[in-house]
Amino acid sequence: MSKFGRPSDIPLWANFVLVPLINLTLAFMVSGLVVLAIGENPIEAVGWLLRGAFGNQEFIGYTLYYTTNLIFTGLAVAVAFHCGLFNIGGEGQAYIGGLGVGLVCLYLDFLPFGLIVPVAILGGALFGAAWAYVPAYLQATRGSHIVITTIMFNFIAASLMVYLMVNVLIRPGQQSPESRPFDENATLWSMHEMLGWVGIEIARSPLNASFLWALICGFLVYLFIWRTRWGYEIRTAGQNQRAAVYGGISPARNIVLAVSISGALAGFVGLNEIMGVQQRLLLNFTAGYGFTGIAVALMGRNHPVGIVLAALLFGALYQGGAELAFEIPTITRDMVVVIQGLVILFAGALENMLRPQIESLFRRGGPADANAQAE
Amino acid sequence: MYDLKPADGAGGELSAPPPAAIELVGINKHFGPVHANRDISMTVPRGTIHGIIGENGAGKSTLMSILYGFYQADSGEIRVNGEQRLIRTPNDAIHMGIGMVHQHFMLVEPFTVLENVILGSEGGSLLHAGEARAREELAHLEAEYNLDVSPDAVVADLPVGLQQRVEILKALFRGADTLILDEPTGVLTPQEADQLFRILDTLRTQGKTVILITHKLREIMAITDNVSVMRAGQMVANVATRDTSREQLAELMVGRKVLLRVDKGPANPGRPVLQVGNLNMVDRRGVSRVKDVSFQVRAGEIVGIAGVSGNGQSELLSAIAGTIRARSGEIAVNGTNIKVGQGVDAHDMRELGLAHVPEDRIHEGLVTTFAANECTILGYHDDPAYNKGLLLDRTAILNTCEGQMGGYDVRPPNPLLKAANFSGGNQQKLIVAREMERDPDLLLVGQPTRGVDIGAIEFIHRRLIAMRDAGKAILLVSVELDEVMSLSDRILVMFDGAIVGEVAQADADERTLGLMMAGIRPDEASTSTGGTPGGTSPA
Amino acid sequence: MEIFTLVVLLLDATLRVATPLILAALGGLFSERAGVVDIGLEGKMLGAAFAAAATASVTGSAWLGLCMGIGVSMTLAMIHAFACVTHRGDHVVSGVAINILVAGLTVTLGIAWFERGGQTPDLYNPDPYTGIELPGTAVTTEDAIRMVVDADPDDRLRTPRQVEQAIAGGDVEMAAQVEALTREPTPVIGWILGGVQDFANGFVDFVREERFTGITLPLADTVAHVPVIGLIYSELISGHNILVYFALLAVPITAWVVYRSRFGLRLRAVGENPAAVDTAGISVTWMRYKALMITGFLCGIAGTYLSTAHNASFVRDMTAGKGFLALAALIFAKWRPIPVLLACLLFGFLEAIEARLQGTPINLLGLTFTIPVQFIQALPYILTVVLLAGFIGKAIAPKAIGTPYVKER
Repeated sequence: MSKFGRPSDIPLWANFVLVPLINLTLAFMVSGLVVLAIGENPIEAVGWLLRGAFGNQEFIGYTLYYTTNLIFTGLAVAVAFHCGLFNIGGEGQAYIGGLGVGLVCLYLDFLPFGLIVPVAILGGALFGAAWAYVPAYLQATRGSHIVITTIMFNFIAASLMVYLMVNVLIRPGQQSPESRPFDENATLWSMHEMLGWVGIEIARSPLNASFLWALICGFLVYLFIWRTRWGYEIRTAGQNQRAAVYGGISPARNIVLAVSISGALAGFVGLNEIMGVQQRLLLNFTAGYGFTGIAVALMGRNHPVGIVLAALLFGALYQGGAELAFEIPTITRDMVVVIQGLVILFAGALENMLRPQIESLFRRGGPADANAQAE
Repeated sequence: MYDLKPADGAGGELSAPPPAAIELVGINKHFGPVHANRDISMTVPRGTIHGIIGENGAGKSTLMSILYGFYQADSGEIRVNGEQRLIRTPNDAIHMGIGMVHQHFMLVEPFTVLENVILGSEGGSLLHAGEARAREELAHLEAEYNLDVSPDAVVADLPVGLQQRVEILKALFRGADTLILDEPTGVLTPQEADQLFRILDTLRTQGKTVILITHKLREIMAITDNVSVMRAGQMVANVATRDTSREQLAELMVGRKVLLRVDKGPANPGRPVLQVGNLNMVDRRGVSRVKDVSFQVRAGEIVGIAGVSGNGQSELLSAIAGTIRARSGEIAVNGTNIKVGQGVDAHDMRELGLAHVPEDRIHEGLVTTFAANECTILGYHDDPAYNKGLLLDRTAILNTCEGQMGGYDVRPPNPLLKAANFSGGNQQKLIVAREMERDPDLLLVGQPTRGVDIGAIEFIHRRLIAMRDAGKAILLVSVELDEVMSLSDRILVMFDGAIVGEVAQADADERTLGLMMAGIRPDEASTSTGGTPGGTSPA
Repeated sequence: MEIFTLVVLLLDATLRVATPLILAALGGLFSERAGVVDIGLEGKMLGAAFAAAATASVTGSAWLGLCMGIGVSMTLAMIHAFACVTHRGDHVVSGVAINILVAGLTVTLGIAWFERGGQTPDLYNPDPYTGIELPGTAVTTEDAIRMVVDADPDDRLRTPRQVEQAIAGGDVEMAAQVEALTREPTPVIGWILGGVQDFANGFVDFVREERFTGITLPLADTVAHVPVIGLIYSELISGHNILVYFALLAVPITAWVVYRSRFGLRLRAVGENPAAVDTAGISVTWMRYKALMITGFLCGIAGTYLSTAHNASFVRDMTAGKGFLALAALIFAKWRPIPVLLACLLFGFLEAIEARLQGTPINLLGLTFTIPVQFIQALPYILTVVLLAGFIGKAIAPKAIGTPYVKER
């Protein structure tokens, strides 16, 4: 299966800092050329971008709100990566996960607040995982290529959501396909509320409690993948299937497990968007976060710490890009999508292009015989 | 050492001899630190069948890959029909009339025979005309060499024997005068192998030159005019087949290595720990790999399985370890019967008190991208000793790893170092330590010292003896005859998936074992006739 | 007859919708048959759609637009080849990168260059050319009115609509004038010349158009009123733009190339067993590059069709998953050209019927129910998953697909 993201023979710091930096620099250089091509000043654009992302409390709030979604989808991609699989269906899993969260908020809002939050988390996780389970199961048992099936499931999810929103969940007597607003009880605290309780005043923004949940998820994913026997099994199955079988580890079972967890993580996008920000069910709230998660995971080298940092970077680009469009109308947030594509290109598809150069930087006649002995 | 005399087989004219079809002079090839071909010279006269024999890894395939242009020799010379030539790509080789039938067929399975034959020499940008011409040419070739195969059959539907004919046809269609066959009978039934030999004979009569790479003595004796023996990258003999014997070749192939004396007392075998009865295993292609194998290993003894590699030992070991599924038969460990052919995995087998040092440490025994301490728990990650609640107990794992590194002298003793960065010997010690330290009742050991330095070999051997003396049952598989002979209390010899016979250590000598490894049963060894046919039969 | 008309119109719509799918799926066929997974069909189409519409609107030539569309799509295909073949990168990651990159780049450049929120200016074609007139041909009322407008000495009449209104308003003189100009075609000769004339005028339009419009095949108007065949000929067969015909032609050409040419033989071999191709002395790398060039070429036409034929401008994300639908069709067709056509027509038909079925109750075996539109939209994807799962037949991909070729002994 896929060999991308495989650790190479370079020091840890270089793998986690130098390689992403080189990729990012390349992506920014090409993006800079695009900015030049449309007749604007790239340096000035970066200035506005930074101001737009971090210039005031509100901007920072927005940046972190975008970051929240990207942590979830980045973690989702990474968990599947560790099992050697490419889950390209984060978009659909996030969509269905959001449905799960929304259904809890709509129909279980009689529950006390202390209970509805965990139930909503569970709902998002279950729905997201279920949407990932089918492709995972088909991959593990019937060899149906998971990349194709998850793409198909993205489209099926979109159609399903339109059907449900238009025909079932729409608020009666309303034109646009949206559910009724959730009960006050069934919404997440926003960050300015929460900080208000402890006496800290900050500007209003969509940033809400799910940001904390995203950080917790990052930590849990770290523990799960590197510190539990189940994570050990997933990594073994992902790195070397024969060694897994030798160790009594079933590759098929771990494919299903890893991809289901991946789907659950993607499903948490719904927690932020549906329960936290929109506070009603609606269409198209995933807005490409599932795909950006691929760039985030590649940049973050599939490690939660790297993913949180990469998510912050892309969150800043999202928010900064929105503000940039006000200042320089010819540059919109779509510029960020360009950077995203370039990051995936350089960090993912072309990772072998620079590898020899980077590795030779660190090679000092090291222990090469280990590999040669394999002959 | 035998004389490097160029022996002429079929020819033998006294007038000025025609230039040899192929002549290799002083070929050297390195792969990193491995010296795969060491100063190899050989001469293949035109119109003869020339055998190259040697164990797996002896460098035969590398040598032929150099001749076919896959690799470039580091030094040395290739002469084709007396002229020195440079062969850079397979295309060059094809143009010089050299064709190759690879061990793994280079066929496009969904294609027809005709399509496979013309691939790369279609004779024009449209297929139709080329196909018509090729059809004629094929009919001609088929008639001339008795290579009967329907041009419109789809290759995937053909039995392997016919697929091989397609490969031969491909080479002849491209005008090959010299045909290299790499282990051609490995996948054939005895009947198919006999047919192949008839075809090769016809080719020889028609003036073609054939180079046959094999590790099967019977084939060499049956068909070749001359034979070259390779061992550990070197050419140890070039002889005329009629001047040699199976016994001599077996000895040359296996070689006399410095016997590593292992001090050990007599064995005190106790209760049977491993019992295997009528075990059969069939691989994915439907070829029978293990045939009706029965034996037992008792507590306090080492049973060695000797054999030329590829004769079913690996599959036998894996089937007992639970990493591949046997088809039928019985396996019992510590008196518990395993449901053979059902979902029994390596984990279940370990639960029964089995530990396993696998043959392939890079691809099976270790995850080379993991740190050493993570490899320490491979297969045992569920052990409560390595877990604290939901989490893995890193302190315990690191301590265990450090302890094992100390006890087995693994260098550098750094549990955080990536497994890939240890040398082969130290990687092996990591695995051996992991498996032995579980204190299993039964230890399966595959090629424990392959690619391992002398010091580590001695160390591992001493440990194995110590385990035996502690009353453990050990099953050892090794292609190093030497190793099997010095360690084992009893030796089973496998050939073609079946056990040829059993020899007690005291009765074992290289000659007897060598013959048995060549498929000659001990009782018929004296007459040295027949022997079991080469190749394996499908299920 | 009503149902018959409906069916013909439905099939007509099917063909229009299926055209980009056919082209893209055939493009994917070349790539995947050579062993390179291409989920970047979407991105290549989108890039081509933008390049074509932008070029056509700036230069006024749909043909230059087509060239540019193909050029951009082929460039993207070469990036894919560079990553996957030369640098042995992951095929899927590369495809994703290209899709995302193009999605961003088209809108960014569109906004910067045209300032219409990512859309390109609408493409207009000049009025139909009527300069070529042959004797004995039919002059319809419509033609006559146009001639009256053209001939108006005072230049008061500017549009045919004004003439129509005048006649409707009781302008007898005008009516007579039109009446006088109208004539039935001379039998046989007139019909033939009529066809020639339409074709010649059409050809002039065809060359100078800014977007690709329907080509009226010879005699289409003449036979339009012939029952059954007339409708089929004039509606279903005639009246499509050149790219539709090209797409239909590309299917047999592809089948021929793949199954009957040396290139096709090597293409199929390289996707099944690259080692066999390598040992036969053929460069695996060069074969895969060539295959991807064709992929780029066909996707370029598919994208151009979307923005300069099917629609009259580029809008953001206008492929809307068509590249993935084409990929699904390719898998559904098990990577074979003729079934690709059928699968694309099936998927196109589902899309065409979807609009008509909207909320229409269906009565089947006494049960009345409505099929949700979304179900029909999702059906191609569901079918593909079911196929991949091996429940209906088995989709066996080229064996070496997605794996970089590394020389081994």
